[in-house]
Amino acid sequence: MKFMAMCSSGLGSSFMVEMNIQAALDKIGAKDVEVDHADLGSAGPTDADVFFVGKDLENSVSGFDDVVILDSIIDQDELDLKVKETCLRLGIPLSD
Amino acid sequence: MNSTLHVFVQIFSEPSILVALIALVGLLLQRKPGADIMKGTVKTFVGFLVLSAGAAVVVAALDPFGDMFSEVFGVQGIVPNNEAIVGPVLQEYGTAAALIFFFGMVVNVILARITRFKYIYLSGHVALYQSAMIAVILIVAGFSTWEAILWGSIAEAIITTVSPAVVQPFMRQVTGKDNVALGHTGGFGIALSGLVARLTKGDPENSTEKLKVPKSLGFVRDSTVVVALSMGIIFIVVALFAGPSYVQDNISDGQNYILWAVMSAGQFAAGVFIILAGVRVILAEIVPAFKGISEKLVPDAKPALDVPITFTFAPNAVMVGFLSSLVAGLIGMGVLGMLGTAVIIPGIVAHFMTGGASGVIGNAVGGRRGAVLGAFANGILITLVPLLLLPLLGDIGNANATFGDSDYGVIGLYLGWLGIGGKAFIIVGILVALLALFGTSFGIGRAAKKREARDHAAEGSATSDSSETRSSNIADSSDSAS
Repeated sequence: MKFMAMCSSGLGSSFMVEMNIQAALDKIGAKDVEVDHADLGSAGPTDADVFFVGKDLENSVSGFDDVVILDSIIDQDELDLKVKETCLRLGIPLSD
Repeated sequence: MNSTLHVFVQIFSEPSILVALIALVGLLLQRKPGADIMKGTVKTFVGFLVLSAGAAVVVAALDPFGDMFSEVFGVQGIVPNNEAIVGPVLQEYGTAAALIFFFGMVVNVILARITRFKYIYLSGHVALYQSAMIAVILIVAGFSTWEAILWGSIAEAIITTVSPAVVQPFMRQVTGKDNVALGHTGGFGIALSGLVARLTKGDPENSTEKLKVPKSLGFVRDSTVVVALSMGIIFIVVALFAGPSYVQDNISDGQNYILWAVMSAGQFAAGVFIILAGVRVILAEIVPAFKGISEKLVPDAKPALDVPITFTFAPNAVMVGFLSSLVAGLIGMGVLGMLGTAVIIPGIVAHFMTGGASGVIGNAVGGRRGAVLGAFANGILITLVPLLLLPLLGDIGNANATFGDSDYGVIGLYLGWLGIGGKAFIIVGILVALLALFGTSFGIGRAAKKREARDHAAEGSATSDSSETRSSNIADSSDSAS
């Protein structure tokens, strides 16, 4: 299973979201999830199973199947919740 | 013996190996498994070589463009694109730049630990670009590589500590919290936007978010698309001015001039794309280590993050700010053209990133008026800064590309202009800045203590007599004013 955070240049903010997704995954004990980040231009729909973007980029990811839209990309609580929901939805085993 | 030493020097002056070693240290400090350490180190090594390859592609696209531009307009045309300039710079000054970047991060953590400026600068890409610029300026000013690394690291740490601090009062207005800061080399321009918005007294209630912005503008969020399109327009316009015979005879080797312009713009965008890929690989191993270590050493640290963290707060303000900043850049280009100086061609990515954030900040402080005027001020600033930096960058100043954001101007012009007086001036200048940082931190600490004491006093007397509290508060504030 692979999660991917995206932003316009794929450098700073998507990287931060990637690190925060990893932290969220560690918290709930989800294993075997790979996390990566990329820019909108080079990431394709097959590069990951779930894509995470801020709501300002909502219109740029219409070609992707499974997208999680974040209201605020710096809100760790929101991210924790949405990562957990995603894991439950996809049946990823959690430790607790 | 001497030959062994020689080999060591060769290894350490090879930036790709140096950066890989930095990643190795980071991975070891995180106590990663052996396989991860090897993977990360090798990827970083290759990542740097990818970056160098991208630099060659960018240079190959920009060189003929520069010739053509000066032939047609009689002045030098400069593209302020951080990726486009940083590639060639790292090829020449890579060792100093990589070590300034690394030790700059270390000193940043130390400053966050011992001062009241608790900002940990996590935007590794712009920190790397800024370190590269500092390396160039110091070495052009006569520093040896090792002197440049020593003083450059301190200078880099000062600017990465101060820049988030100047934006933070406005960031609090945007986010409503004080736990995240903005870490970007556009920081001073974005803070200027907030200041302009405050001075022009727009109404924050009259927000840009009540506007309807056409969705068709969304493509500017994809940086590869926007770089290719904007450079395409620029190349085609200049090729049209130059005319088919000039381009086909002197530059394109017979290829149709419009086709040549389109291909060159595409090549420029491809080069930037490759450089970004390289930077991404390098940072992937280094930034998490830096984050992990700083979290342990500075418990109350605020991470300073890249500009798009502001974008979700006011997506319309991003577009308003981008367009306003770009208009300022276009007007600036016209004025510079008339003055006959080198011409700074508006860097679309810089106007989108820093103009967008300026729009968000301006909107939070002063609504639509704040977003428009604040971002316009940013646009003027990022047109002037690259122009003023050019003479301080030595041969790099003739490279047809340059550093684009406002902080490059703040630190670059400070060091560069001091450098006119010689090395000693620069060293004194860095020490003065460091002292000023500690002094301000101390001042903030005292003010905070005073406020705390006053709040305590107010709380204590509030139960007995509220009017007395008010008068004692007035007395307090007149005390501090005198």
